[in-house]
Amino acid sequence: MIPDLLQYEFMRNAFLAGLLVSVACGVVGTLVVVNRLSFLAGGVAHAAYGGLGLAAFARWSPESGIIPFALGSSLLMGFVSRKNKERSDTVIGVMWAVGMALGIILIDLTPGYYADLMSYLFGSIMAVSQQSLLLMVVLDFVILICIILLYKEILSVSYDEEFASISGVPARALYYVILMLIALTVIMLIQAVGLILVIALFTIPASIAELFTKDLKRMMIVSSLLGMLFTTAGLLVSYLCNITAGASIVLSACIGYGTALIIIKVKKSKFKAVIMKNRETICSTECSALQDSEHRK
Amino acid sequence: MSSNDHIIECRGVTFAYGSNLVVKNATFSVCRGDFLGIIGPNGGGKTTLLRLILGVLKPLNGSIILLGGPPVKTRIRAGYIPQETNLNKGFPISVHDVVLMGLTRSRGLGHLFSKEDKKKTDSILEQFDLLSFKNEGISNLSGGQRQKVLLARALVSRPEILFLDEPTSSVDAAGADEIYDYLKKVNAEGTTVVLVTHNMGIISRYIKSVACVNKDLFFHPDGKLDEQTLSRTFGCEIDLIAHGVPHRVFHSHEGKPQ
Repeated sequence: MIPDLLQYEFMRNAFLAGLLVSVACGVVGTLVVVNRLSFLAGGVAHAAYGGLGLAAFARWSPESGIIPFALGSSLLMGFVSRKNKERSDTVIGVMWAVGMALGIILIDLTPGYYADLMSYLFGSIMAVSQQSLLLMVVLDFVILICIILLYKEILSVSYDEEFASISGVPARALYYVILMLIALTVIMLIQAVGLILVIALFTIPASIAELFTKDLKRMMIVSSLLGMLFTTAGLLVSYLCNITAGASIVLSACIGYGTALIIIKVKKSKFKAVIMKNRETICSTECSALQDSEHRK
Repeated sequence: MSSNDHIIECRGVTFAYGSNLVVKNATFSVCRGDFLGIIGPNGGGKTTLLRLILGVLKPLNGSIILLGGPPVKTRIRAGYIPQETNLNKGFPISVHDVVLMGLTRSRGLGHLFSKEDKKKTDSILEQFDLLSFKNEGISNLSGGQRQKVLLARALVSRPEILFLDEPTSSVDAAGADEIYDYLKKVNAEGTTVVLVTHNMGIISRYIKSVACVNKDLFFHPDGKLDEQTLSRTFGCEIDLIAHGVPHRVFHSHEGKPQ
């Protein structure tokens, strides 16, 4: 079936976009999940929506609105989170909602602008251009270079920031590097695949990978592979059932997450059963040994 | 004793979180080779004092010299074990990688760990009987084993001074003794140890000097802690028992000593 689909250029581009997006989201998503930054990443994606509205209102290119909003909001959210952890969720929540509201109001106020808001929520992966694909390749390259060069420092800061900073690692700068990677991923992907898919691919594959891996590098690789599986499956279902591709990918990932949770639950209950069986065997052996010694007496 | 022998020098250090004064005018010096215990009630400022000495927090008043310079510059020569409760226990990282983290400072940004670094890591894991767990995830270990891994991480770079914040809070008595015995050995080899603890029982067995912190700081460099010494030093009657000293000892420090 896939070879038939690959005859169409738009499907080839869509599959390729899915694979490229999965690499970026798998790597950055792993950092989002282990650093507990899912809410912040969601906030950045939604705040960037305000930038889209502003760009439409001012008749700029979408990037000129998204870039300052995504970068500015991620820096501000990161700054507030570090200054006052207790209040950070409130500030992120406010920026999340305000960014979204601002975007919608500005688009409403734009005369003669009929952009489909849904295309920014769930994206238009089936309509990804060659230029967007090239941007995604560049994004993946930048992210992978950053991670390869700074892996040991990022690992150190993510596991134990205080120790890292005392050890001479520039912890604060690296925290902002992670935020920049999140913002960069949002900027490049929001138009191609929509902000809901960015959040889903940031969190779901990495959360599944976290259940099965004990190493950050492997978690990034597994997370990227899972992203590829979910985007490919979602695109196939979307084509076959004629439904929105972005939503179909999110649901595929969600089914994957549910399946992973069931597998973990079954594994744990099997493990418990083995332990109980061992305990019973030990108890019965001890009882019979006790009975033997009493008989001898 | 010359000031060169002092590895930590605090002069009139004061710190507050907003309007909540936590450390008030603390003045004391720690000599090289000392084994200092910082004790006090919850919220008394023990961890804050440790973080001030390490330059994680900036004092409102006063000055701190660590290893002959400002803590922010010199702390890379120190080893540190944070409170385990601050760490994500489910983090996807192997035992080997956690210990290797202790050598991050010796490699510049963008440089990978060398074979020698990995050998050093294996060697210290062997000393702690953890070599067979090197590829295990840190989350698969018990509380005591995790604490030993953090100790190995702090010591792998052979620091001149070692700071520990409640290192045995999630460890059973046997595990705690093992950790304290190891600290005693490290101290005997010349490493200065600064330990924040609730466990008063260890003071007489391991610690050479004591700082009691409850906003005010009372430093006892001789560390002799029989009942008479404690009563005289803390300014109240003390019942020294096998496991811990009643907290009323610390409440008496809310004012000046008698």
